[in-house]
Amino acid sequence: MAEPPHSAAATAPARPLLRVSDLAKFFDVSAPFLNRIVSGEGRTILRAVDGVSFEIPAGRTFSLVGESGCGKSTVARLVVGLYEPTRGHTEFDGVDIATLKTRRAQQSVRKRVQMIFQDPYASLNPRWRVRDIVAEPIRTHRLLDGERAIARRVGELLEQVRLSPADGEKFPHEFSGGQRQRISIARALASNPDFLVCDEPTSALDVSVQAQILNLMKDLQRDLGLTYLFISHDLAVVYHISDYVGVMYLGRLVEWAEARALFHAPQHPYTRMLLEAIPDLEMTGRSRKAVAGEVPSPIDRPPGCHFHPRCPFARARCATDAPAPRRRAGGEVACHAVAEGWPSAPAAAAGAEDDGGAAPPMPERSP
Amino acid sequence: MTGDTPRRRVLEVEHLKVEFPTRRGNLVAVDDVSFHINEGEVLGVVGESGAGKSLTGAAIIGLLEPPGRVAGGEIRLAGRRIDDLPYERMRRVRGREIGMVFQDPLTSLNPLYTIGRQLVETLQTHGSFSEQAARRRAIELLGEVGIPSPRQRVDQFPHQFSGGMRQRVVIALALCANPRLIIADEPTTALDVSIQAQIITLLKRLCREHDAAVMLITHDMGVIAETADRVAVMYAGRLAEIGAVDDVIRRAKHPYTHGLMGSIPLIGDDTERLTQIEGAMPRLTEIPAGCAFNPRCPKAFERCRVERPELIPADGTAVACWLFDRSPSPGAAADG
Repeated sequence: MAEPPHSAAATAPARPLLRVSDLAKFFDVSAPFLNRIVSGEGRTILRAVDGVSFEIPAGRTFSLVGESGCGKSTVARLVVGLYEPTRGHTEFDGVDIATLKTRRAQQSVRKRVQMIFQDPYASLNPRWRVRDIVAEPIRTHRLLDGERAIARRVGELLEQVRLSPADGEKFPHEFSGGQRQRISIARALASNPDFLVCDEPTSALDVSVQAQILNLMKDLQRDLGLTYLFISHDLAVVYHISDYVGVMYLGRLVEWAEARALFHAPQHPYTRMLLEAIPDLEMTGRSRKAVAGEVPSPIDRPPGCHFHPRCPFARARCATDAPAPRRRAGGEVACHAVAEGWPSAPAAAAGAEDDGGAAPPMPERSP
Repeated sequence: MTGDTPRRRVLEVEHLKVEFPTRRGNLVAVDDVSFHINEGEVLGVVGESGAGKSLTGAAIIGLLEPPGRVAGGEIRLAGRRIDDLPYERMRRVRGREIGMVFQDPLTSLNPLYTIGRQLVETLQTHGSFSEQAARRRAIELLGEVGIPSPRQRVDQFPHQFSGGMRQRVVIALALCANPRLIIADEPTTALDVSIQAQIITLLKRLCREHDAAVMLITHDMGVIAETADRVAVMYAGRLAEIGAVDDVIRRAKHPYTHGLMGSIPLIGDDTERLTQIEGAMPRLTEIPAGCAFNPRCPKAFERCRVERPELIPADGTAVACWLFDRSPSPGAAADG
């Protein structure tokens, strides 16, 4: 394997490649102006993402999990610049993206950040040949001169995702879902990015095909030193692929931690509920604790800690104060019960007072 | 589960074959599939897209989209043949004796009627209920499937329910006539994990309480592991393996099942790479001779390329694989 261009930091204490702080995105979903006048209601604001902060070290995978409507895909779109944030900052490789005023400066970041979408049927232009689809970023960013050089690069890219260069002549409909997702990955890699945002890249695929794509993504990360922001609702996939995992609930990041620490010692009551809810192969014949309640609408979020109406540990305070993120083993958690060690709440694990930057050792609880 | 009395077979499927006639000949989408489901039992049917699992379900309820048709075999419900019934007779079997739950609850419900009206209509179609009795029963059913304050909710429209609650309504509809068999096609696929768990628990409880047989079609092995008593694994329109859930999931015998299980990421399993089955399932036009899995199978030998394997009993389960013909040992080796 060639020494990956950007992964010098992979072994040393990794510098963050991406840092988002207090990121927020609100959507105005009000009824039309006249209707509002008639009915006398105010504006309706959907707070899709509300104050999310995290950082991703270079060469690592950070995953966001959560149920529909929790804002994880909105974070993905904010990071790649498909949405303008309402508030907060995105820093890429030490540069605040909002400070890039010239188009050229923006382009230099844009080509280093690429995205893979969920539906490989909708994200490839059906009228274009695969070679043109894959070459599009090369042409847009004027990375290579001459059709011959471009064709050679497209062939390389297709081989990199385990397709054959001859596949470039075909159209997307001639490929299966898994092969199409490989084409999306080849296109994403065309501009030599170091950061890929993957929004549910395998959830439209069958398990055996999903395994092929996940293996490919891991190989590419190792060979090219890529950094991933991975969005998924499938906790097992997230466990498999991630170094760090963040759990979102109604627009907020309720807990994040080093992946194994999060799965083996979840602290936020919502994380624990999610982990309890996954059907898994070890469950044969056992009965489960049913999970209570449903996610409220993001338009009408409960005050205080959004999770309090479903939380078994909630007290009066949870309904008024939103908990601030506090240090936990290998990450952070935002919960009053954990922070103050309320009875029957998960004990704040060792490392709660550890403010050092280094990740604390793995918790002892076995899987 | 009680093991005192021998359980009755609610559904028996024998050598079922589903075909789609095309200009270039018949495409066989379900090929020689046989299984049964007992009362109070959940049979999970798993497979990847195009394996024929949903078509098998559609064939049983007599709702194959034309030009698809049952081209061979028999389907019996409580001992009575149902695959050759005329349309009107079959319509009465459907709903009364077979309940159905589909993936998307929004398409199963009429958006213009209150859910109470839809339940009452279904109850009155299949049983002799007065308007008031039907309404009482509707409220009872909504309570049974875990909808809070059913008395108020009964007069609401589908759009006023969340996804999980809608799926509960659909299950209530399926239960209206106390069917012997419930066919649930990907009932949890459109739902979030926490809601998925609630629906699984509900289906399982109702199956026990009503002593109904459930055919649960899904691609999600986790859902199967938790819900099913037995599992049938389908590949390219054929049964690859069928047996008790523990045997199939933990001691998979068929190389396809084995590869499939290995390709599922598990929480707590720190292997770097997932097992990969190379290639993809063949199209219906290109199903290879012999065993349909042979081009992708790491253990394929000469016989697999020429002769199609029947289901071969191999301690407790049945496997369509020549490795298990006569010699029971290669299975142990397959587990590595």
